[in-house]
Amino acid sequence: MDLQTFLQQFVNALSLGSLYALIAIGYTMVYGILRLINFAHGDIFMIGGYLAFYGVSIFVMPWWLSVCLAIVLTTAFGVVLERAAYRPLRDSPRISIMISAIGASFLIENLAIVLFDARPKAFPVPDLFGANYVIEGVHIAAVSLIIPVVTAVLLAILLWIVHRTRTGMAMRAVSTDVDAARLMAIDVDRIVSITFAIGSALAAIGGIMWALKYPRLEPLMGIMPGMKCFIAAVVGGIGSIAGAVLGGLLLGLIELMTIAFLPELTGYKDAFAFILLIVVLLVKPTGLLGKNQGEKV
Amino acid sequence: MMGALLETLDVHKQFGGLVAVSAFSIRVESGEIVGLIGPNGAGKTTSFNLITGVYKPTRGRVLFDGRDITRLALHDITRLGIARTFQNIRLFKDMSVLENVLVAQHMRMGTNLFEATLRLPSYLRKEKHIHEQARALLAEVGLDALEGDKATSLPYGKQRRLEIARALATEPKLLFLDEPAAGMNPQESAELMDFILKIRDQFQLTIVLIEHHMQVVMGICKRMYVLDYGVTIAHGTPEEIQKDPKVIEAYLGAP
Amino acid sequence: MGMTNIKSVSRNTWLTLCASLAGIILLFVIEENFDRFTMQIFKLCAINVILALSLNLINGFTGLFSLGHAGFMGIGAYTCALLAMTPAQKEANFILQPIVPWLLDVHLPFLPALLASGLVAGLLGWLLGVVAMRLRDDYLAIATLGFSEIIRVVLTNAQPITNGSLGLKGLPRYTTMWWAWGSAIVVTVFLVLLIKSSYGRAFKSIRDNEIASEAMGINVFGMKVLSFAISSFLAGIAGGLLAHYLTTIDPKQFFFLKTFDILLIVVLGGVGSITGSIIAAIAVTASMELLRFLDGPLNFGFMVTSGTPGLRMVFFSALLMIVVIFRQQGLMGTSEFSWDALARIGLLPRRKRSHRSNGKTGKERVE
Repeated sequence: MDLQTFLQQFVNALSLGSLYALIAIGYTMVYGILRLINFAHGDIFMIGGYLAFYGVSIFVMPWWLSVCLAIVLTTAFGVVLERAAYRPLRDSPRISIMISAIGASFLIENLAIVLFDARPKAFPVPDLFGANYVIEGVHIAAVSLIIPVVTAVLLAILLWIVHRTRTGMAMRAVSTDVDAARLMAIDVDRIVSITFAIGSALAAIGGIMWALKYPRLEPLMGIMPGMKCFIAAVVGGIGSIAGAVLGGLLLGLIELMTIAFLPELTGYKDAFAFILLIVVLLVKPTGLLGKNQGEKV
Repeated sequence: MMGALLETLDVHKQFGGLVAVSAFSIRVESGEIVGLIGPNGAGKTTSFNLITGVYKPTRGRVLFDGRDITRLALHDITRLGIARTFQNIRLFKDMSVLENVLVAQHMRMGTNLFEATLRLPSYLRKEKHIHEQARALLAEVGLDALEGDKATSLPYGKQRRLEIARALATEPKLLFLDEPAAGMNPQESAELMDFILKIRDQFQLTIVLIEHHMQVVMGICKRMYVLDYGVTIAHGTPEEIQKDPKVIEAYLGAP
Repeated sequence: MGMTNIKSVSRNTWLTLCASLAGIILLFVIEENFDRFTMQIFKLCAINVILALSLNLINGFTGLFSLGHAGFMGIGAYTCALLAMTPAQKEANFILQPIVPWLLDVHLPFLPALLASGLVAGLLGWLLGVVAMRLRDDYLAIATLGFSEIIRVVLTNAQPITNGSLGLKGLPRYTTMWWAWGSAIVVTVFLVLLIKSSYGRAFKSIRDNEIASEAMGINVFGMKVLSFAISSFLAGIAGGLLAHYLTTIDPKQFFFLKTFDILLIVVLGGVGSITGSIIAAIAVTASMELLRFLDGPLNFGFMVTSGTPGLRMVFFSALLMIVVIFRQQGLMGTSEFSWDALARIGLLPRRKRSHRSNGKTGKERVE
């Protein structure tokens, strides 16, 4: 492979990986706090895409307004979802809450099929994102450059919240030990809601950027990216924000580079993430940057 | 020195940076009742877990019946004849009292999937046999009338006795009891002492027990080991232990 | 229980025999009198019974949250189809790339093909179980889901063996009423016996307390792998039946969402109840068909909606959520059907209690 192809794939991988990273952060934050795989996270991502689409197409809003509104509404949706489907089960066995997450995901997908229609919709891409540049023979879509930048900015804001604010401190406390945090007069319910809000906002942004990159909306579009981003979070070390970013970038790189080097494996693309997951779980179950947690006897 | 049923040689256990047990070396002769005491967090339960295979030692060796069992899995160690109860009772909560004991007999039953699912006569015979044995064990601990009850519906003291019956069902040579008298009043503790002596003789057991009730330990143990911060600080007869200044200090704090 | 007296045993045996006879007559009547569409639904009920039971074995009785069922069904479906199709049918299907020669001439009757589909799925389950059972809780769930997806991707890409995304068409319609329900009954009896046996107790002990189970000398890892392999075996059988019921299969049918359909049945019926799984499998399958009208135009009297495909699934997913949040034990919890339980709630004459009451609470065994 020549340098040009490599660079081309690298740019693609960087943009896909940043997108994965953005969504993986939502998984990792929710898991860190509730020890819950939020199966519906991928569907929240889908809702973000659809809301932005309806804002532009039906309500004829300017795209930036539509995007902002979609993010706000999706965030609210994530918070409501946690209240309705997860909070009542917080003290139930982990299997129950996981079934609830699967059920919620199932319900959102089916509702989406009814409300949004199962037929794919074309997402209107604003000119700003649709532009294409050719630098030294490497084709770069504007959106591929914008995605890593947006991810980096959001990551910086998020890290600032988690490490520099009182809310962030409370979040870290809850994720270390819920009961101790409660004893320290931390309002756990509020922290969980904030976590879902942040995660859902990131998923909405991720969903919109996904739609800009692959301008096709479908009710089940969140499933595969959702699974892959969860895997990215596990690979990086679930509960760790840096881990989620690392896992997302790594997954994007592996997916695109493997295909670039070994085109005959293209058909197996969707299996890479799962194979990576199983290997990581067996070799280092805590993920690349995860902390060890043993069961106390 | 030959003849010890259990011997641990310089066993250490480290969790991350925390040393939970260090230089743990005990010897237990066949037929003895040995006590393991020490303040909270001294590493008593961890020592039990290291011997029975729940944890693997960071270094050191555990010998049972002349055999090195340091790296064996928990269930293999049980098969060789070490049974235990748990400090925070671990019964099978959705199963009946009788079923709790029957589970412990699966290992010695010597059946296979084919025979068991087809309910062949050979299997039914074994099943009948373990039912009889289980009922006899329940009678031994006074729970025979409650065999159909859900295990976790029993009062606390009876749950402890069920745990002992279940451990006995694995046909052990060596029994570890982790705080068997926890939560018992003096009357019940006295009964428990008699009970422990009784099962020791009846099932030819060797017993190691962790206990906070000094009355119980002093009453039935001929020898005991005292742990503090993972270190064995004393070892001897109850009289020697009671006089040992290091033990007094560990329990009461520095003078 | 050993103390049940002889009289009641014979009564229960009689009741069971009568019920079985009634069941066979019912099947016969259905076979003779109903149209093909209704029969298809009855057959699908039986296949879903097997699927629900097999998922319940691993999730309910052994307490391991596995989400890999769709994959094992797929393995079973493809194995059965490829073994039972004639060489001519295979040649007609494999148009893009010819089938591998060693598979072309294999042509087995349905029974051996069906057993082979169970065995292949079971063997694969055993191999993957050795890997997956090192994990627990949600990690296990996600890893088994991963296996399921990897299987689907392989089915899509192994063109010379599976015909890739084109799938296999024109399979013989072997899955008759008798095959479907016969298999469902055999599987049910097998599972009841398994759960009642010493192995069943070992499985349940793992679900209740893994460390205690291990301390009782149970090889927990081995038992988990065993349970997973049996569960995969049964999923493979169901897949084989499904293939020759649908007569057309392709890898997309075994997308991991299919596992969620089965999970829905298991949760509604009660995680850890054989009776619950059977009732829920039949009820859900039948109502999926009965509620088909929801997807079409609806007439509310004052307004008529145009068709809304998917509304039916909204109903079921909402039902799942309601059950999980408000009634986690589902229909049956961990209870089982028994004639004695029927007698207790007054649907059968009570028999005199001559044996010692041993204080059984809601939990009954299948007699």
